[in-house]
Amino acid sequence: MGTIPGRRIIISLFLIFLLLPIYWLVNMSFKTNSEIVSTMTLWPHQPTIENYMRIFTDESWYSGYINSLKYVVINTVISISVALPAAYAFSRYRFLGDKHLFFWLLSNRMAPAAVFALPFFNLYSAIGLFDTPWAVALAHCIFNVPLAVWILEGFVSSVPREIDETAFLDGYSFPRFFIKILVPLIASGIGVAAFFCFMFSWVELLLARTLTSVDAKPISAVMTRTVSAAGMDWGLLAAAGALTIIPGALVIWFVRNYIARGFALGRV
Amino acid sequence: MDKTVNQKAWFLVLPVFLVVAFSAVIPLMTVVNYSMQDTFGNNQFFWNGVGWFKELLDPSTDLGERFFASLWRNLIFSAIILAIEIPLGIVVALSMPREGWTVAVCLVILALPLLIPFNVVGTIWQIFGRPDIGLLGYTLNSLGIPYNYVSNELDAWATVIVMDVWHWTSLVALLCYAGLKSIPDAYYQAAQIDGASRWAVFRAIQLPKMNRVLLIAVLLRFMDSFMIYTEPFVVTGGGPGNSTTFISIELVKIALGQFDLGKAAALSLVYNLIILIVCWVFYTVMTNAGAERPQKEGAV
Repeated sequence: MGTIPGRRIIISLFLIFLLLPIYWLVNMSFKTNSEIVSTMTLWPHQPTIENYMRIFTDESWYSGYINSLKYVVINTVISISVALPAAYAFSRYRFLGDKHLFFWLLSNRMAPAAVFALPFFNLYSAIGLFDTPWAVALAHCIFNVPLAVWILEGFVSSVPREIDETAFLDGYSFPRFFIKILVPLIASGIGVAAFFCFMFSWVELLLARTLTSVDAKPISAVMTRTVSAAGMDWGLLAAAGALTIIPGALVIWFVRNYIARGFALGRV
Repeated sequence: MDKTVNQKAWFLVLPVFLVVAFSAVIPLMTVVNYSMQDTFGNNQFFWNGVGWFKELLDPSTDLGERFFASLWRNLIFSAIILAIEIPLGIVVALSMPREGWTVAVCLVILALPLLIPFNVVGTIWQIFGRPDIGLLGYTLNSLGIPYNYVSNELDAWATVIVMDVWHWTSLVALLCYAGLKSIPDAYYQAAQIDGASRWAVFRAIQLPKMNRVLLIAVLLRFMDSFMIYTEPFVVTGGGPGNSTTFISIELVKIALGQFDLGKAAALSLVYNLIILIVCWVFYTVMTNAGAERPQKEGAV
């Protein structure tokens, strides 16, 4: 059914291509620095977990992970809760300027972060949020809220309109209908949207680094510390990098069947 | 599907409007403000009118030269990665296993690079490509192919492109896979009865069905590659020289490196305008394609 010759070889080669650099990173993270620099070994000959131990015991390291998770979670909660009603409105109603608003949201999803880095710095310094997770969380809303609206709109549109009408005829008020009926119906869509908010906030670096200095420093900024006068601490850098892959790899398993639909902004 | 007109829907949209406006409109005003002024520090600003824009769009000045150089580099980069990632993504999607546990495994591995923080993607390729400690760099060099992305422009470009292919081809593949999944079996059976060749099946059934997702893939990839910052910055730092300095990198250099607010703001606005135009094309094409789509895809 619609496959091509040699498909097993092609897909295997491609998956190996994807996994090889990741393997190399993990491989490095279990090596000592002397082994990394002096010899070329395909697997760690003197495996060590010292690099990981340093990250888990040094507060300036592990607080980086906590800081990152903080703003990612705040951002996901804000994005989903404001996007849900809007997705419903866009899906069901026509109102003044709806198309323009939808386009404006999309254009913000596509706006380059580099353009906003400096104004954000000024804005959040002025209102006293600089160097807090809130600054990064709010800044990330600029691309995550539009994304959540787009994904959720697709899911809400696949709920038949008759369900709304029946609920209202049965005497449901709007908020009650929303929470009791609509939200459970599009639960998988909310999951997908939350996953994508989580992901895009987690992978973003430029804004997160610009808007924090000491207290709320994200892990991606902490990682730049591995460059010291004595040269690069490759093992430590690799271990820190390997740890950042884990949250994504964990959540991916739960949404594996919806990944493609989410990337298509809910429109496959 | 006709929607009812209801102006009260604005109340549902209001929270989104406020949150995004706070993060988008206020900063944009700041940028417009800066782009018209010059500063010599101490928070003193002087009116400069459209001076920065004139300088930016005039290739004979330093600023204009840097802008056009990075713009061209970025466009060439986007063109190359589109030319590689789109066909490769289609081939990978066509090669996906049909059923069984291997499907889930393939999907998860495919999605893995997409969930790695951008700077870690850079780090991974830095470690992988270095001639002294990286598997790729070491292997190439020991095979007699001189490769060093730090000093050789061509190698730096190759590294950045292969990195992007590694990072984002999965997105194209996943989108195409979703498109292929929506083709009913009956189409293939009909093709078999007609004795259609493999190529004919692809041209007449699969490609038209993938049209929509391919469109999304092309536009998303274009936009994201046009804004690329972190990955090449971590690997090459924009070098050697300026050979991998794309627009975003140039912009951050001017804004946060030199603190040249006026120049950076003018560049931001022109950059944003380009994005806005492409975005408008994207939106128009998407909504038109959506209008043609038959209402048959049910709930997921």
